[in-house]
This record gives sequence, C-alpha cells and structure tokens, in this order.
Amino acid sequence: MYSIEVNNLTKKFGKFISVNNISFKVKEGEIFGFLGANGAGKSTTIRMLCGILAPTSGDAIVGGYSVLKHPDEVKLNIGYMSQRFSLYNDLTVEENINFFAGVYGLKGKLLDDRKKWVLKIANLNNKENLLTGSLPGGIKQRLALGTAVIHKPKIVFLDEPTSGVDPISRRGFWELINDLSESGTTVFVTTHYLEEAEFCNNIILIDAGKLIAEGNPKDLKTNYLLNDIIEVECDNAVKAMELLEKENFVEETSIFGNNLHLIVNNFYKDKTQIKLLLSDKNNIRVNRVDKIVPTLEDVFIHLLDNKTND
Amino acid sequence: MIRRTIAIGKKEFKHLLRDKRLLFVMIFLPIFLLVIFGYAVNFDVKNIQLSVLDKDQSNLSRSFINSISSSNYFYISSYLKNDSEIKYVLDKKEAQVVVVIPSNFSERIEKKKETAQVQFLIDGVDGNAATIIKSYVDIASIKFNQKLQKEIFAKLGVKFEPLISLEPIFWFNPDLQTTKFLIPGLIAMILIIASVISVSLSLVKEKEHGTIEQLNVSSVNSVELLVGKSAPYIVVAFFDALLILFVGYVLFDVVVKGSMILLLIMTLVYILSSVSLGIFISVISTSQQIAFTLATFATLLPSVILSGFVFPIESMPPIVQIITNITPAKFFIVILRSIIIKGVGIEAFWDQLLYLIAFGTLFLIVAVVVYKNDSATA
Ligand SMILES: Nc1ncnc2c1ncn2[C@@H]1O[C@H](COP(=O)(O)OP(=O)(O)OP(=O)(O)O)[C@@H](O)[C@H]1O
Ligand SMILES: [Mg+2]
Repeated sequence: MYSIEVNNLTKKFGKFISVNNISFKVKEGEIFGFLGANGAGKSTTIRMLCGILAPTSGDAIVGGYSVLKHPDEVKLNIGYMSQRFSLYNDLTVEENINFFAGVYGLKGKLLDDRKKWVLKIANLNNKENLLTGSLPGGIKQRLALGTAVIHKPKIVFLDEPTSGVDPISRRGFWELINDLSESGTTVFVTTHYLEEAEFCNNIILIDAGKLIAEGNPKDLKTNYLLNDIIEVECDNAVKAMELLEKENFVEETSIFGNNLHLIVNNFYKDKTQIKLLLSDKNNIRVNRVDKIVPTLEDVFIHLLDNKTND
Repeated sequence: MIRRTIAIGKKEFKHLLRDKRLLFVMIFLPIFLLVIFGYAVNFDVKNIQLSVLDKDQSNLSRSFINSISSSNYFYISSYLKNDSEIKYVLDKKEAQVVVVIPSNFSERIEKKKETAQVQFLIDGVDGNAATIIKSYVDIASIKFNQKLQKEIFAKLGVKFEPLISLEPIFWFNPDLQTTKFLIPGLIAMILIIASVISVSLSLVKEKEHGTIEQLNVSSVNSVELLVGKSAPYIVVAFFDALLILFVGYVLFDVVVKGSMILLLIMTLVYILSSVSLGIFISVISTSQQIAFTLATFATLLPSVILSGFVFPIESMPPIVQIITNITPAKFFIVILRSIIIKGVGIEAFWDQLLYLIAFGTLFLIVAVVVYKNDSATA
C-alpha cells in the first residue's frame, strides 16, 4: 500500500521551474528520504504534498486524498515540521504543547497521554516550564517533532529536521524517526546530510527540480555506480587531486575529509600507479590506498557531476 | 472550531503578557497621549481680542459694544479709526474679530425703524476657533436685539413679551469646552493606533518566524486564525477605551451624557473595524517593519487630520471631504460626540454605525481573499 503517490508534480514561480514533473511513490510506514542540494526544490515539493501550496500541474495523492482537489482533507491526515523553526520561543514547553494540542482539538485523556508522550520523547520530563527559546537545538527539534505528530497523523513530513543540530543529537533524532516508522507512521524526510540517507528505506534524489535517482540505499549504490572506488589517504589532498585528475585511469575525484575518493576505470590496475605518481614523482606522502564500497555520497556526487557535464 | 480559536487566543495572550514592551506601549501610551493632548491642545476660546470700529459713535452703538464685551468671552483690544486699520490688526493678530458699526446704525434703528447692519470680521486661520467666535458673536447680537425690541415696545406703551424667547445657550457643550470636544477624537485616535499596530504586528510576526506554515498545515482555517489572533488585542483596546474615559473624567471632567452601554458597544464595533484594517495590513506586509510603517501611516495622520478630530470636515474642500472616508475614526468621532456630549441615542447616528460596519467588513473580506491567494501561491 502506498501512503503517497506523486504524479508529474510541477511547480513554477513565474517562469522559474522549482519542481519539474516529478513522480514517485512512498510505501506505508516507511522512512522515505528526499535528498537534494540547497534550492533543489525539496521544500517546495513538501509544501505541495502538505496541501499548503497548489501545484502548477500534476497531482499527488496523500493519505488517500488529492492535494489538488482536497487539500483540507490532506491536512487532517498529516503532520508537518517546517524547515524554519516551528515552535514559539517566548512560550514555555508546556504552552507550546498545549497550543498545538488545542489547534488539533485534543482533549481529555488523549490530551494528557499525548502531552506526556511529547515530553518523554523530547527528554523534557519535569521541564515543562522552561522557555522554549532557552532549550538547546537538539531538544528543540525533538519537541518540534513531538508537537508535529501530537495528533498521531498517519504521515509526517519533516523538512530538514536535523539541519544545524550536532551529530550526536542527530543520531538520537533518527532513532525517534525509526520509532515513529515502526509504530506505522510514514515518515517523509528531507535532508542534505547524505549519510542520513543510509537510514532511509527508500530515497529519491532531486536536482534543480528534476528527479535524478531513486531506490533503496543498497540498490542505489550498485545500480548507479558501476566503476570501482578507490580511497586514498595522503598529504596535501588538494594537490594530489589535481594531479590524479589528469591520469587516464581516473574518471572522477572528490575530497572526503582528509581523504580522496577516485572513481576509476579499466586502466586502473593496482595501487602502485597512484603511489608512483604521488610519492615518487611528486613527493606527496601516501599512507593508504584501498578499494572501498561506494557510499551514497560517492553515488550522488557521481550523478550530480555527470548531470553538470551534460 | 471554538476550541481551536480559543487555543490560538490563549497563545496570543501569552505572547502579549511576555512582551513587556508592547504591553507597556498599549497601556501607558493612551494615557500619555490623553494627558499631552488634553493639556497642550487647548482650543478653549476665551478672552477673544475684539477690535471696534465704531463709525456711528452714538449711545446706541456704545450700548451695543458694551453688551458684547460684558461677557467674559471678549475683551476690547483696540478701537480703530478707519477701515484701513482692519486688515492691519487682523494680520498682526492684534484682534481675532473686528466689529464694524456703520455710521447710520442708530439712525436706521431709532428714526427709520429699519434693520441696521453690523459687520463682524473674524480671523479664519483657525477654523475651529472661528466657528466658535462666530457663535459667540451671533449670541451677543441676538441678546442685544431682544433687549432693544423690549425697549422699543415699552416706549410705545406696549408690554412686549416675545412669543419666542431666544435664550441662546450652547446646548451640547454649554461652556464650549474643547477638552470635551477633544476627548472623543482622542479616544478614536488612540484606539485605532493601538489596535491596528498591535494586530498587524502580531500576524506578521508569525510570517516572519515561519510559524505561520505550521498553522496553515494544521486544520485551522483563516477565520479561526484571525479571530483567535486578534482577540487579545481587542480586549486590550477595549480596556484602553475604559481607561481613557476614566482618565478623561478625572482630569478633564468629561462626563458621558448618554448611555454608557451604547457607548461601549459602539466602541467595540469601532475596535473591530480597526482590527480589520490591521489584519489587512498584516496580510500585505512581509516584515514587521513594513507592517509597522504601514500601520502608523494608515492610522496616525488620518485619525488626526482627516477625522474631524482637529479640523472640522465641513470646512475642507469637497475632494478632501471624500478622502476623509478612509479613516473609520471619522464615523466613530461623530458617534462618540453624539453619545458623550449630546447624550443622544442610536437614532442620531445609525448611518455612521453602518459606515463603520461597512468599513470593517470591506477590509476583512479583502484581507481574507488576499491571504487565501497568497498562501496558495507563495
Ligand atoms: N515563493 C517562491 N517564489 C519564487 N521562487 C521560489 C519560491 N519558493 C521557492 N522558490 C525557489 O524555488 C527553488 C527551490 O526552493 P526550495 O525551497 O524548494 O529548495 P530546497 O530544496 O528546500 O532548498 P533548501 O535546502 O535551501 O531548503 C529555489 O530556487 C527558490 O528560490
Ligand atoms: Mg528547503
């Protein structure tokens, strides 16, 4: 069963095409990752799927309702955490929870239960009276997620929920997302942290409004990148990259932290080729050269590079 | 529906309570403005400088002059000798009014039994003052007229009691006290400023912070949002109105002659139509700064200049008279003056009430349409 079916969805702002004819399906209860660089059109797509922005053409069925024809019904079935901050800084934790509970018309025992649940997942038990503005970023995001799903929607849209949050809090946040998905909620999440994509059941990648890859993380790695990836740990990675780019056995290069990743072709035989070039000819110390399993990042960089080369 | 509106209203109240600066402005600014305006802008017309050009120099003319200057309103600042001096004293502000008694004044009245013409030249720079001076002058003339008629009939041996005795009093404002006249204008001005600015800022804040997205995606509809968000400010503005009336009573002896309940209901209608204007401004603004500028521009000047608060609308050019309709303060001031000063009921100003309602409804409808359009495309 699909929670979301997107068909040829397009959004134009004047002449500018922000979302360009994209189609995909999201299964019930899965974590669906929506990836793309800044300005790729992620937020625009999410806002159309939430029924707050009318598509220019195409349609999407979200929770059984068309966003084009029945945006109000769509809204009843979803939760949404916008990319911009979605809580009120000048209200206390409890006041924020009460407000969103009130907006969704919760009352009685359900209200009490949900309030407790939100406090628990945000690690804010006994801290109801703190001003929301004074909370650390990671906790704020957990609270925002809690209030976004306070009415137990079947589908929740999270727009870059972990941007600007430290790595440890991000890990914790993904555990929450996992819990939600396990309890049956469909989670549609955008991010530009590619390592987070590994936590998703399925992913799509968009660039400049166009869909350029889709599938589960494993398939993406094998289907979209057939060449080998070589990781090189050496001094002066920038210089090394410049040198390697000129070699006929190297297709693409990219820098990952202190390391270099090379996408190589059939001319690549073994690591001596690299060592010869770097340490023997150019005096760059090479610590390690390994063939690795491509990360999603390798795949995406490869896909995006090829697109710009077209 | 109600539950959601209440949730929004509650939240908004908390914002307001936490925002000490806004709270301070909304409660103390009205009193501050009232005191400043009440004391500083005093239009009371007393000790009017009167210049006399008596070409007749008769007993009768002197008696006429006496009867005018015997009231506390006028004192004679100078006696003129010829027409050429009239312009000079008016220009130099040495007189606010000049009375010219023609040389045939006593002759016409006493011998020919004809009507004599007396000319009053009033400095019209200050329209309000001029109107008031004119009324004083009229009354003084009427009184003198009555006295004269009595004497003439007495000479003829007839006991004269005029069928209609003109006892001129300023019915609605006996001492022509301008503070009384001003208080309604002040209430109108303060309320419109307070409600338009606060409401427009509070809505734009949600846009600026992005929290409006969160509300749009919840099942809150635009009516619930607008009602809930403006409710706290309506309450505070209403409280302001009571405060101004109270301070006006304590400091300036302004007593509401008419029905207090009616006054409060009308005030509520006025606040609501001001709030519509505030909502409209918030819908077309993208930042708090723009909203604040627009709100100030739309309320401050029109409610002072175009509302009839300071300058009488009747003495404006026709085009400007039409423009005065852009501020609901205009209608509300008429209503307030009717209730506070004249003590009359709704029958005297129902048309103004309709204007007020139409104004509020119009802006609200436009605001909702623009809002719905915006959130569908932006
Ligand atoms: N209301 C609008 N009017 C005009 N252009 C818009 C509007 N909203 C978005 N855009 C443009 O559409 C493009 C996609 O924007 P969008 O916010 O969807 O990107 P995004 O993938 O969410 O990026 P980010 O990672 O920065 O959040 C951008 O170039 C943006 O400038
Ligand atoms: Mg975005």
